[in-house]
Amino acid sequence: MGDAPSAPFTPPREGVGRDFGVYIHVPFCAVRCGYCDFNTYAPGESEFSSRDDYVGAALAEMAHARHAMAGDERPARTVFVGGGTPTMLDAQALAALLDGVRQTWGLSADAEVTTEANPDSVTRESLAALASAGFTRVSFGMQSAVPHVLATLDRTHRPENVERAVTWAKEAGLATSLDLIYGTPGESIADWHASLDAAIALEPDHVSAYALVIEPGTRMGTQLRRGEIHAVDLDTQADMYEAADARLAQAGYGWYEVSNWSRTPADACRHNIAYWTSQDWWGIGPGAHSYLGPRIGPAGAEAPAERWWNVKLPRVYAQRLHAGQSPEAEREPLSPADLALESVMLRVRLAQGMPIGDLPEPRAQAVAALVADGLLDGRAAIAGTLLLTLRGRLLADAAVRALT
Amino acid sequence: MTTDPRIVPAATAPELLRNFCIIAHIDHGKSTLADRMLGITGVLEERLQKAQYLDRMDIERERGITIKSQAVRMPWHVEGSPFALNMIDTPGHVDFTYEVSRSLAACEGAVLLVDAAQGIEAQTLANLYLAMENDLTIIPVLNKIDLPSAEPDRYAAELAQLIGCDVDDVLRVSGKTGEGVPELLDRVVRDIPHPVGDANAPTRAMIFDSVYDSYRGVVTYVRVVDGDLKPREKIAMMSTLATHDLLEIGVISPEPTPTKGLGVGEVGYLITGVKDVRLSKVGDTVTRAKGRAETSLGGYRDPKPMVYSGLFPLDGSDFPVLRDALDKLQLNDAALVYEPESSVALGFGFRCGYLGLLHLEIVRDRLEREFNLDLISTAPNVVYTVRMEDGKEITVTNPSEFPGGKIAEVREPVVKATILVPSEFIGSVMELCQERRGQMGTMNYISETRVEMHYTLPLAEIVFDFFDQLKSRTKGYASLDYEPDGEAASDLVKVDILLQGEQVDAFSAIVHKDAAYAYGVSMVGKLKDLIDRQQYEVPIQAAIGARIIARETIRAIRKDVLAKCYGGDISRKRKLLEKQKAGKKRMKNIGSVEVPPEAFIAALSTSDDSAAKGKKK
Repeated sequence: MGDAPSAPFTPPREGVGRDFGVYIHVPFCAVRCGYCDFNTYAPGESEFSSRDDYVGAALAEMAHARHAMAGDERPARTVFVGGGTPTMLDAQALAALLDGVRQTWGLSADAEVTTEANPDSVTRESLAALASAGFTRVSFGMQSAVPHVLATLDRTHRPENVERAVTWAKEAGLATSLDLIYGTPGESIADWHASLDAAIALEPDHVSAYALVIEPGTRMGTQLRRGEIHAVDLDTQADMYEAADARLAQAGYGWYEVSNWSRTPADACRHNIAYWTSQDWWGIGPGAHSYLGPRIGPAGAEAPAERWWNVKLPRVYAQRLHAGQSPEAEREPLSPADLALESVMLRVRLAQGMPIGDLPEPRAQAVAALVADGLLDGRAAIAGTLLLTLRGRLLADAAVRALT
Repeated sequence: MTTDPRIVPAATAPELLRNFCIIAHIDHGKSTLADRMLGITGVLEERLQKAQYLDRMDIERERGITIKSQAVRMPWHVEGSPFALNMIDTPGHVDFTYEVSRSLAACEGAVLLVDAAQGIEAQTLANLYLAMENDLTIIPVLNKIDLPSAEPDRYAAELAQLIGCDVDDVLRVSGKTGEGVPELLDRVVRDIPHPVGDANAPTRAMIFDSVYDSYRGVVTYVRVVDGDLKPREKIAMMSTLATHDLLEIGVISPEPTPTKGLGVGEVGYLITGVKDVRLSKVGDTVTRAKGRAETSLGGYRDPKPMVYSGLFPLDGSDFPVLRDALDKLQLNDAALVYEPESSVALGFGFRCGYLGLLHLEIVRDRLEREFNLDLISTAPNVVYTVRMEDGKEITVTNPSEFPGGKIAEVREPVVKATILVPSEFIGSVMELCQERRGQMGTMNYISETRVEMHYTLPLAEIVFDFFDQLKSRTKGYASLDYEPDGEAASDLVKVDILLQGEQVDAFSAIVHKDAAYAYGVSMVGKLKDLIDRQQYEVPIQAAIGARIIARETIRAIRKDVLAKCYGGDISRKRKLLEKQKAGKKRMKNIGSVEVPPEAFIAALSTSDDSAAKGKKK
């Protein structure tokens, strides 16, 4: 499908009952971290030079999207700028991207607008500028508060920069989130407790904690293969997850998704909840994924749900758009069975749970077995909801396999 | 190609016939030589020569062995006189000794073919003895003389000493280049006696092979001894007295060619329209329905399975497919026996009896390949006789039949094994045979550097990996042959394997008491490596009766979730999930424990490396 312009969308005739959000991928970083397999480029990697073309190309994709979604009047309810490191762009550039969203789709009055940020690449001024441009939320990649862990992760920021950045963000009126990583080679349980305590002490509105996955093809993957580093075993990872949940709960944070905790339900990340509840979104930028659910066109024809993703290289992405072509790399039509499977896979991860009746096929026996094994909450099941227990959150993939 | 009228089938004087076979070890070049003969005699045009024309089945081609014999008729002229040579191909593996013996009985002579770079092997030696017992004329031949590593002088001396001939009588040929092959054909005509029979006596023809063909039904290969056979007559099988119409009779040259019949000493094929090889059994005597012969040719016996193993479809719903597949295979394999079996662990399947391990592997391969089945085969075992204290005797073909109560004696089949090995490996072979409960018999030097060792060994010790071990401990130089030698009492016990306290019948084994502990430790260790961590702790135990002899524990898994799951991860994660679900479908559930099929396959092997290969954690 590569070079051909994508077929124009069949615009929905009326509201489809789903929210619409926009993701913007900024594929640049100051350094590439050893564990990172994201679509991002650092100085010295040839693609980094296309940083200068990036904003123009992203705005061009929005124009293309407007054309493709003609007739769909839904404004964006959430915007999420991720990366890479979005703050490799200055505040004006980020503001220009947000303006692009406003002009293309409009922004609902209560929109949640998040950007990820590196604690090193923000200032009091830049955060204030982002807030006045319409950003409401900032998510800092803290990862750890322990220097040797940060060093293993190739993170360049100093732990004290995080504190400064969070303070400035709060001053600017932005909601704050901290990302943490656990299970880094060499990280002890005590190290992890120290990071949790440091994050909690900063009183963010929201915390995400991810187990480190060492992917083959990354620098860390190579080190692992050569035996230079040793992966933290699954049992220790489980201990760390349980420590995070206990420590965060004690500090007043509740889990709302397997890897996410917030101070109040209102502090949960609405953009991510939209992913987990299969809302529609358009992903702008190199390698970004988009999803539009099943819809009905003006002629009354049904269009199936589809997911598609852009070419990965920023240079090719920009060239396509400059030539008036779609940056789409590949498109995947999703059958009702695919959607049903995805729905279970995503919704089961949420603290709000999922109605048992929404399972693609009745699985009374599987549900009973999961309750018996302590993966699903029994009271919730009797009340008709699939809700993971703490043990179940750690075995969520096994639970999903049993339920589908 | 027009046939000289003097050697037209059904009208050839026995004096112009020569029936011979080639005795050779696997990969000593028998098929290449046979193809070369077909080319030189003009039976097969060179351009039509498929590699190893005579080995028909794909499996044979892949394994480089011949399972089913065939017979090809070739013209050859010596000093202006035409001759018809029937080359009868013979199987080359211990599992098929009986079939070899029938092929030999159809011949007057044998070409003893030995690789000039390797020397004679035990299997060849065994077949040579058989040939000599049948009073066959032996023509010793060294093959592959074109190889740089060939040592024709050394092996010619060995062969000469072995069969008691002059070194100069050993022919030197290359099936690959054709060198020496015409001279070999001349020798066949000169040295091998022509067949002798009574053309006027009631017809007697011996079946030396029987093959099922999906288009023609059973094709039966016969050697006429007395009288003759003609198309459209009624024939009778002397073992059963069943009668059949002779729909077609002919010779293979190299494709089946109908003829006006077969006369004394001739070799050819019959088609009667029957669909089951068991109605046309190897070794049986064919006669005319009218004017039947009084006595059969003798030497017939029913094939007797030596090794049993369970075959189960991985997907239980394939059971009917497996049943039909076995029914079809049996049409072509009279030695295969089976009966339905049900296993707690593996569901419904069949207990199958085989001539040996190779036979087992061939059957399983064919089932998987030709019928597209995924199969689990349980550890093979031999047939035990258990005598209870009350005098009752129980035949055990499956460990699950091993009785619990008061056992007076357990007997197991033993074999006489002949091992040929360069003398520097005598120690290694003795060590191996001792480990396998072998009792040494005699030992002879067949040449200055090669030794023939005789052992009595329990068959059960041979069916697993004995041959592999023998090869690896002798750098590949040893060769092995064995024949059944009755039963012997032995101190045998049944070791059970329990998963989460539940006995897994498919893993039970009958082993010698001294080996029981090691077997138990090895099995629970292997299973621990092969079974993924489950959501709860899984103890694995080995037990003799109620006594636990080994134990391992698979700890419960605590984390099985991908932490990150955002917009760009969803497609990948869904595909991963689908893949995991497909993987789960392959699992066999024993109680609530998911056991991968590899675990059952690993149980087949006694070597440790197979467990290491399956190791996932």
